[in-house]
Amino acid sequence: MDYEIRLDQFQGPLDLLLFLIRKNKIDIYDIPIAHIAGQYWEYMEIIQALDLDKAGEYLVLAATLLHLKSRMLLPVPKDEEQGGEEEDPRAELVRHLLEHQVLKNVVSVLESRSLLERDVFKRGFHDEGEKTFPEGQLAEMGVFDLIEALAKVITESRGTKQLEIDLEKISLADRINEIMEILAENKTVGFYDLFGDTPITKKQIVYTFLSILELTRLRMIRVFQDLSSGVIQIFLVEAGKHQAEYGAA
Amino acid sequence: MENLKAIVEALIFASETPLTLEKLTAVLEEVEKKTIRACLEELVAEYDGETKGFYLAEVAGGYHFRTRNEWSGWVQRLKKGKPATLSAVMLEALAITAYRQPVLKAEIDSIRGVDSGGTIRKLLEKKLIRIVGRKDVPGHPILYGTTQRFLDVFNLKDLSELPTLRELKELQE
Repeated sequence: MDYEIRLDQFQGPLDLLLFLIRKNKIDIYDIPIAHIAGQYWEYMEIIQALDLDKAGEYLVLAATLLHLKSRMLLPVPKDEEQGGEEEDPRAELVRHLLEHQVLKNVVSVLESRSLLERDVFKRGFHDEGEKTFPEGQLAEMGVFDLIEALAKVITESRGTKQLEIDLEKISLADRINEIMEILAENKTVGFYDLFGDTPITKKQIVYTFLSILELTRLRMIRVFQDLSSGVIQIFLVEAGKHQAEYGAA
Repeated sequence: MENLKAIVEALIFASETPLTLEKLTAVLEEVEKKTIRACLEELVAEYDGETKGFYLAEVAGGYHFRTRNEWSGWVQRLKKGKPATLSAVMLEALAITAYRQPVLKAEIDSIRGVDSGGTIRKLLEKKLIRIVGRKDVPGHPILYGTTQRFLDVFNLKDLSELPTLRELKELQE
């Protein structure tokens, strides 16, 4: 556990390198590559032992350091030397490190701001107890919210293994009509209710989800999510009326 | 107009999202913009006090009532939830997007030194960044930028409120 925390201290390879530079009190413009590469490698080995996935991220920079080390060791060929202005092989790395350091500052600037829902709050709290859906407490959903909800349906349906042999013909139009019938009766229905409690086939999930997308596109339904409970509710848009009601949206 | 300040106050109070000066001028069409602006300034000053529960914040190009920092612990108790936080990784990717927008994933990856695919997706889901277009180079890679919600969440009036990169560099030296 101790080590995990040490690992999380670094957000990535550049972070580790900056840490080593600071620790050794090195001038960033004149990095003793051989020395730093050695230390970096030691850390690499610890990281590798702990989390192989993460170690992969650190490997590229380790290779870069070793490459730089070898270039620093090689003598500069005479004819190139006469060219005079040959760039320090470390220059690109230094640019990268400086950029990364600025990034660290930007992050701390962002962190220190008064964050909404952490330091400051706006109006709009309502008690969990309520399960009604008055307009004001609902937020219109984006595609990502819907996809998230779909992922939930799929994971939950995975528990029931079944063999699909029946060649039940279900078309998108059928499913749309079914949903519209439910809505015509109740005006509103819960997102997860449409996927039912009975075991549901993949096909049914796909068609139901497609129907919801299609109906939304046609502006026949509206999908809202309760902000505090996360319950997704589908509302019927009544013909002609929605212009006035949701005109602003 | 009589009671103009009270009316502006009411409009802001009733608004769920930050109310812009443009929107206020549209609603109060009889009143000159600069009169409204003066009212807003007065209101901001009036609500600014350590003994108050909330203040009038200038965020995301508009005006909005927000609770004061000092009382955050109590409001969190009311909400019972854990405070909204962003991971350091997400903050990094967000910071790069804020300063370099429109920005490519490749640029974010390069500055951070690691792959940011998952992080970008999470930021998109949280609606803190958005796709602003595609770069006109082979492959037409996606360009990302920050959203209004980003300003909202970080309590920023607009992007210019963030310190410039030069200021940050000077800070460092």
